[in-house]
Order: sequence, then C-alpha cells, then structure tokens
Amino acid sequence: MTTLVANQPIHVTDDDFDTVIGRDGLVLVDFWAAWCGPCRAIAPVLEELAADYGDALTVAKVDVDANQAKAAAFGVRAIPTLVLFKNGAPFETLVGVQTKAALAAAIERARG
Amino acid sequence: MGDIVIYTKDYCGFCAQAKALLRAKGAAYSEVDVTHDPDLQALMIERSGRFTVPQIFIDGRHIGGFDDLAALDGAGELDPLLGIAREVREDVRHHRLVILGSGPAGYTAAIYAARAGLTPALITGLEVGGQLTTTTDVENWPGGDVTLQGPELMDRFREHAERFEVALIRDHVDAVDVSRRPFRLRGESGVYTADSLIVATGATARYLGLDSETAFKGRGVSACATCDGFFYRDKPVAVVGGGNTAVEEALYLANIAGHVTLVHRRDTLRAEKILQDRLFAKVAEGKISVLWDHAVDEVLGDDGGVTGLRVRHVATGDTRDLAVHGVFIAIGHDPNTTLFADQLDRDGGYLLTRGGLAGNATETSVPGVFAAGDVADPVYRQAVTSAATGAMAALDAERFLAGLAGNVAELALQHAA
Repeated sequence: MTTLVANQPIHVTDDDFDTVIGRDGLVLVDFWAAWCGPCRAIAPVLEELAADYGDALTVAKVDVDANQAKAAAFGVRAIPTLVLFKNGAPFETLVGVQTKAALAAAIERARG
Repeated sequence: MGDIVIYTKDYCGFCAQAKALLRAKGAAYSEVDVTHDPDLQALMIERSGRFTVPQIFIDGRHIGGFDDLAALDGAGELDPLLGIAREVREDVRHHRLVILGSGPAGYTAAIYAARAGLTPALITGLEVGGQLTTTTDVENWPGGDVTLQGPELMDRFREHAERFEVALIRDHVDAVDVSRRPFRLRGESGVYTADSLIVATGATARYLGLDSETAFKGRGVSACATCDGFFYRDKPVAVVGGGNTAVEEALYLANIAGHVTLVHRRDTLRAEKILQDRLFAKVAEGKISVLWDHAVDEVLGDDGGVTGLRVRHVATGDTRDLAVHGVFIAIGHDPNTTLFADQLDRDGGYLLTRGGLAGNATETSVPGVFAAGDVADPVYRQAVTSAATGAMAALDAERFLAGLAGNVAELALQHAA
C-alpha cells in the first residue's frame, strides 16, 4: 500500500495504481522515467503543485520503467505525460513539459 | 491561483470587449473557453448563476458580464479591485544582469558574469538544461569523459554556476519589454527588471506542421527519441530528417526498435561523416533502412495512436504507406525568439548580433541586450560554440554595465559642478 504523505508527490506502481486513482477528488498522475531529461525538469513543478493544493490534489508519480502496464493502459507513448483524474476518471491529458500555470489551469477546470 | 478568470465562447463580442478592457488596464487574466465543453459550461453556470457569456471573476468574486465590468469601471471601483490583484502578482525583483536560458550559453554566461561580480540572475525557462537534456552520448565536448551524457553535462554546468554568486530562478518568462529601462520581464512567479539582458533561450525542435502530426503528438509522434524511444521496443518506427539529429535519433532507436526507417527528402545526408558511417553500418546489419527522396504526406493512426506514415516521392509524387508505430521528427530547430518579435532585429527568426572585430560582438539591436547560443546561430549550433558565445555575452554585458556606472558617476559630477 502506498501511504499518503501530505503535500508531497507519492510514488505509485501498477499494483496500487487503481487504489490511488480511485480516490475521490483530483489525482494528477505523472508518467516519467529517471533517464528522461524533461521529466526531471518538470519534477519541481509537481512538488510545488502538491504543496500548493494540499488535500485538494494528489500528485502520483508512475515510473514507466518499472510499471509499463498502466502506461500502456492509458496509451502513454511519450514522457512526461500528465493525466489528471477526477473521481477516478481521466479528465485531461497533457503531454510534454508544461508550465505551472498550464497545469494549474487544468486543475482549476477540473475542480469546478 | 488565477486572480482574474473570464469564461468565454467563440464569436462573443462582449467577451472580446471585456478582455480588451482588462488588457487595457494591464491586468492578466485566465480565459476559460466553454464553447466546446458542456462540463465547463455547467461549471460556469454553477459558479455564476447565469447562462450568458462572458462571466468574470476577480479574486474569486463574481463580477458578472461585460456590462457589470464596465459599470464597475465607471464607478471607479474596478481599478482598486485589479490593483489588489496586481499587488499580489507583481513581486518585482531587480538585477543588474538577467540571463534567459539554462543551456550551455546561459550557464556559461552566468559563470563568467558571476566571476565579474555582476551577481546575475539566471531564469531557466521551461526546458531546464536545454536541448542537451534530450540527447545521450556527447562525444565532442572537449575534455569530456568517454561516457559523458547530455543530461549529466548539463547537471555539471548547473553545479559549476552554483559555485558562484548566481541567482538560479526556475521560472518561465512569457513577456519582455526592452523598449524601456530597466528592461522588464514577466514570469509566472513574478516580474523581473534588469539593467542588462543576455538572451540564451536556444532553439526548439521543429515539427512538419501537418494536422495529422499534431493530432498524434504524444501518441506516436515525437521529437525526442531518448524520451520516447522506450515505448517502441521491437516495434517498427520511422525517423524523418537528414541532419545530425535525425541520424543520432535513428542510431539510438536502432538499439531499441524492431526496425528504423529514415525518411529523407534528398538523396544525401547533411549529418557528420562519423555519424553517417555508423548509420550505414546499421543499414548493412539490416537494423535501419533509408528511404531517399521522400517527404511525409500524412501520419496515419487510429484511437490507439500511430499505425503508419504516408510518404511521397518528391520527384514522381508516388505515395506509399509505411507500417510504423512511432514517427520521430528531426527536421531541425526553430530559435525561441517570439518573445522579442518587433523588439529586436531578427533574420529568419534568429537574433541578429553585431559581430565583427570591434568587440561587443554579441550585442543585439538594443544596447544592453546580448544574445548567445543557438538563439543567434543558425549555422554552428554546438554545445561548445554556445558556451563560447555565452562567455562573450557576459564579457560584453560587463563592459556595458561598467559604462552605465560610468555615466551615472559622470552625471553626479555634472550635478555637483
């Protein structure tokens, strides 16, 4: 089981993916890998979003190297790919490095 | 978050008027276009209790439509509202020198400027570390290890800059004004002012510009083999282009993918000889094939992503379909200079610098604004040439700032006299 650490991104695997994504509210999933430069560039932005939104948002990181099943299930063919889930369903997908403003805008759209 | 939110629709005159009014007041707003999204429409109705666009919110407070906004303005109540919003937003920081970009040019400029005592600020931009972070082996960095990788080299650049007094700021600048002094830059997390500016914003991979290409971006179309090649293990892929990047990407993918087809619209490659030799060795092994004299017509695919690539012979016009799961575009780069359109002289998008033998070679058409690296270089575009022009720009900025200080001292003397 993944333990929820408040206000920080959590690491999720193929095994506990459904449990985490099934949470009520918003979950921003970052499909990434250690060898991907742009993924590293966007990592601090995700940490900031996790801190900014607190309980309103879970930021979940999926290392595609070790967890290919969920990446394949959501059609991920490029990283970083960010999928914002609302109440367990994909709400919006953003591919590639994003500004914090672009991600925050997507979160605001989903929050309603 | 977004201090001013405006819900809009296509072809909405009052929306345009409301946005124009906000812009005229210099207020930044986020626009939510509800035209094609029933969920967003429902959200707007729920938040505003109204069924018309635009609907405007300032700091979470519902203002209403354009009439309401205009009435508020007429009553003199809008400015204070925007003022509050703006005060929060405008955290202005001044630096003698701001460097835009975190590639070899930006970091080298920072190292030189810091050692000259200029305490520069380096604003990294979105793609921290620049183009080298999406490459693998770097074999032409003088003094580099045999195993040197692009991302590692950029980490070393950053660590080197951190040894000196450099303010490294992770922000993305989306507006610049070099028509007034100090220069003014607007980032996501604040406003920056600077007495001098080094533009090292680099270049970004160019796409073909096909609708089908855009539609499948991230779902089979990529401009970064090292990022996305992973998803094509043992699958057939295509690489489009004929320069160094295209050949490097084809070679990288040949180790992962089932087969690589290099599609090139000419009958010779522009890539370096050593890379071509490696490419043709892989061709002999059967891992790569080269399709000469062909251009891309269309990216083919379905709901699952890319399934093929339609290519056309440039002379005969005959088309054929390649069955590939991935299409890697490597047809060159465009300089990141849209921020400076109509402000700095450009040629083909590249910033023009003074050049020549009289010094100040990196200065642009605006005194005090210097350019370094790929943003001003359509020809050489190497890590080492970028670093070199970064050093030159820092030296030029140092001289410029010393001149400013001299002028101020002279003015003070004149006043005293």
